[in-house]
Amino acid sequence: MPARLRDIPLSTFAWVTVVVLGGAIALIFFYAPLDADQGLTQKIFYLHVPIALTSYACFGWGAWKALTHLRTRAPGADLESYAAIHQGVIFGAFTLVTGSIWARASWGIWWTWSSNQLVTFLVLFLFYSAYFMLRYSVEPGPARANMCAVYALFGVVLIPISWLSIRLANDFIHPTVFTRHGPQMSGSMFFAFCVSWAGLLLLAATMYRVELAGKRLDARLRELRELLA
Amino acid sequence: MSSSEKYVAAAYLVVFVGVLAWVAIIASKLARLQREVAELVELARSRHERDAA
Repeated sequence: MPARLRDIPLSTFAWVTVVVLGGAIALIFFYAPLDADQGLTQKIFYLHVPIALTSYACFGWGAWKALTHLRTRAPGADLESYAAIHQGVIFGAFTLVTGSIWARASWGIWWTWSSNQLVTFLVLFLFYSAYFMLRYSVEPGPARANMCAVYALFGVVLIPISWLSIRLANDFIHPTVFTRHGPQMSGSMFFAFCVSWAGLLLLAATMYRVELAGKRLDARLRELRELLA
Repeated sequence: MSSSEKYVAAAYLVVFVGVLAWVAIIASKLARLQREVAELVELARSRHERDAA
């Protein structure tokens, strides 16, 4: 058995992702019961919430790699932090779009500024979107890697704020499914949710590994071009 | 198709199309890398022939 996840071949990783995501779709539409209150529109929950949690995980992973870079100057940690944040932004965009569609279906509006959860997530998304502006406005090198790492670490503070915002404030419009008493849904719904989250985490991990492999190959080719020039 | 069905389909479709767009971007990047590798192989070959001559 591979000691680490990165030791698993990328193709195996991708196929497991396809199988788990396919299983999740089947569970969502053929196994999980219809919600008594929201009906069919509640099916968006199985996509929107796991995507948001995956986005948090990507940002958290990016911050962890940034910390690794600052602590140990490990080669490649800066690139790994960048790739993780890129995935976080992609999944963050999906969160905002699917959330907006769900809001329109449930509340009749695309967006509301009165919901702390929505606004704090948008702030988190914009903060990490600005990471790329910083990265591409500085010449590549140790200084850029350090600046980006510090920026990525600052952003991670926004994750618990975003998560706790509806629990700390009286946010009546955005539902709170996970309370201190556990998930407020049936066992079959929770199972479908967990499989969906696992599938989306695998998708993010596959995309992260593909992007990282591309970036590393790009860097190696640049090095080779300089040697041959 | 009811409005609920339309919204659910739209949410799932957005993610599917988004991932598909990402795959297309990666595919174009892969094509560029393939071109670069071919150029470098050509460069190395011409250098080898020049050194041998």
